[in-house]
Amino acid sequence: MSKPKPKIKKEVVLMPKQDPKERIHNFNEVALGYTEEQVVAEAERCLQCAKAPCVEGCPVEVDIPAFVQLVRDGKFAEAMRKVKEKNSLPAICGRVCPQEAQCQANCTMGKVGDPISIGRLERFLADWEREHGYEIPQKSASTGGRVAIVGAGPAGLTAAADLVKLGHEVVAFEALHKPGGVLIYGIPEFRLPKKIVEAEAEYVSKLGVTMKMNAMIGKLYTVDELLERFDAVFIGTGAGLPRFMRIPGENLCGIYSANEFLIRVNLMKAYDFPRFDTPVIVGEKVAVIGGGNTAMDSTRCALRLGAKEVKIVYRRSRQEMPTRAEEVENAEEEGVVFEFLTNPTRFIGNERGWVKAMECIRMRLGEPDASGRRRPIPIEGSEFTTDVDTVIMAIGRTPNPIVQQTTDGLEATKWGTVVVDEDGRTSIEGVYAGGDIVTGQATVISAMGAGKKAAKAIHQYITKKRTLAGS
Amino acid sequence: MYKIVTKRELASHTNLFEFSSKEVAAKTKPGQFVILRVHEEGERIPLTVAGVNIEKGTITVVCHEVGKSTRKLGSLKEGDSILDLLGPLGKPAEIEKFGTVLCVGGGVMVAPLHFQAEAFHNAGNRVVGVVGARTEGHLIFEDEMREVCDEFYVATDDGTKGYKGLNFLEEFLKERKIDRAIVTGPLVTMKTVSELTRPHGIRTIVNLIPIMVDGMGMCGACRVTVGGRTMFACVDGPDFDGHQVDFEELMTRMKMFTPQEKLAYVFHEEGGRRP
Repeated sequence: MSKPKPKIKKEVVLMPKQDPKERIHNFNEVALGYTEEQVVAEAERCLQCAKAPCVEGCPVEVDIPAFVQLVRDGKFAEAMRKVKEKNSLPAICGRVCPQEAQCQANCTMGKVGDPISIGRLERFLADWEREHGYEIPQKSASTGGRVAIVGAGPAGLTAAADLVKLGHEVVAFEALHKPGGVLIYGIPEFRLPKKIVEAEAEYVSKLGVTMKMNAMIGKLYTVDELLERFDAVFIGTGAGLPRFMRIPGENLCGIYSANEFLIRVNLMKAYDFPRFDTPVIVGEKVAVIGGGNTAMDSTRCALRLGAKEVKIVYRRSRQEMPTRAEEVENAEEEGVVFEFLTNPTRFIGNERGWVKAMECIRMRLGEPDASGRRRPIPIEGSEFTTDVDTVIMAIGRTPNPIVQQTTDGLEATKWGTVVVDEDGRTSIEGVYAGGDIVTGQATVISAMGAGKKAAKAIHQYITKKRTLAGS
Repeated sequence: MYKIVTKRELASHTNLFEFSSKEVAAKTKPGQFVILRVHEEGERIPLTVAGVNIEKGTITVVCHEVGKSTRKLGSLKEGDSILDLLGPLGKPAEIEKFGTVLCVGGGVMVAPLHFQAEAFHNAGNRVVGVVGARTEGHLIFEDEMREVCDEFYVATDDGTKGYKGLNFLEEFLKERKIDRAIVTGPLVTMKTVSELTRPHGIRTIVNLIPIMVDGMGMCGACRVTVGGRTMFACVDGPDFDGHQVDFEELMTRMKMFTPQEKLAYVFHEEGGRRP
């Protein structure tokens, strides 16, 4: 006789969140995480598919069914170990990965009900480990190889962690005063607490990576100089240059790039001014231009800093927004207003040089463009003016150019991204690259995937180089 | 941590610091700047470098206390350390043999001007130096400048020493052939001198350090309109053609955070109580 089939629970276990009315007055984390009971209940919904379609959706190939099974059995330490075989930054990925477009998009349960909340399980494990103390894995025997990592963001930290575990000596050079890249300067506290980024970076240090802050490669040392001291160099400098629209009035006071606004708020902690010295000014009527995650982050920071009315002004429609679903939902709950199919055409200043209004034009959608999304086309004569006193331009970021400009022979595209092969090799022997510097602005996890791939290739390159030198 | 090897008071609330950093000293050229952060809650402060000592492994900056952050820096003593020192940033000044180079500096920016004037002198130029300040007591780096200049003038806003104001340059420029002008100082000084050189077609380079946060091209706070195009002072500059810079816009942008700076200053003076 076969055992009776357990009843499948179609509904996801909800994760507790801070009430929107309360949370718009603080910078504490919005999502509060599962309890032990909740995490086990959610893990129990997993069907343990033999083919594991979820793993195919994961850029760093975490063995998802195996770790979910361990969570179900309450073996949290073992489950964490399983995740960390592939992912050195799980507390971050559990919070900022677009799981609905990756692992969870492929989940079999998703066909009959809600997909398993893989990200929340991962987040629980990482938080559990942070509270219970990190387990530092045994390092492999030293290979004698030396690798320089340029930029301690998601790609760089991942490559660094993988390479140090393989027995290489790794030094990570970071231009800012703290490691983490976009995780520390871009993503706000209420979505990714900085103590978590600091703890994950600390974990990478504990693995044996030397972190060198205030070191801007291209200025302090060139890549060529690094190659004199290291066997290989990994470039993970990201896409950190803000885009502006180049329309009249854009340099009026009160108009920030999203980068400036978020760097002030996150890295420099302007939300705690004047205890922290760096200020940020947010007026009553804020317009955020753009429809991505950065735009969402900017609106939600502006609300928390006291803005009365925060509007997203996006030239396409809701369907085209390249945003993590949960963040749009959170922003709407918090009262952010969406003005779709609208684009600014100029900014109007007052007598003191501050922005006081914005002229916009309505758009309609035409044929799909290179991004596959329908191209917005201005509707002639539809211009209108609206009052604003703060504008945040969140229309995208371009690659940091300094390394490309200062490295002879490093092939780059006309968009400024570094050209690599499928293993992350650049046009210079021993120099690898990955993350936004290669792809242009993308996600944290795709950068981590690229860091991982390059680490594998760098390991092979150094092993081969050492063997040849020894023979 | 970066140690203060030397601290010297040059004028009231104006100090010279030598910070220890072998690697930054080895790479810094005249015209470039550094960003420093005194303590964990501190701002990132951009300062143009006033000199390097490669053997000692130090860089020199001069800082006038204008707000909370610079006041904190000013309160440090020799032997103390600051948390962060990032550099060199920005493009180096173009140092070549141009012929006669007029170097005009005002206030604390006379110190980084000296770094450039010395380099122009060593490159074989005839260097004409003009240093200015509000009043005699605020003049700095006079002797150092005199040493690297073939001709040397002093000007003060109130006439307590040398010429009264910079208007004497109007006559001076009519009589003399100048191949290049370098101006460092308050925006109003850079604007005034750029206007004086414009009719003579003298290429005039100004060194701009607007409000900035990261200093590496990421925030765009330091954007400045040059020849009708928006540039980032931190990566496209800090040196720009003074005849092309929109000084009015820059002056407005420099005042953006003035009320907050005052608030922070008061907060600091009151011993950190929330106002």
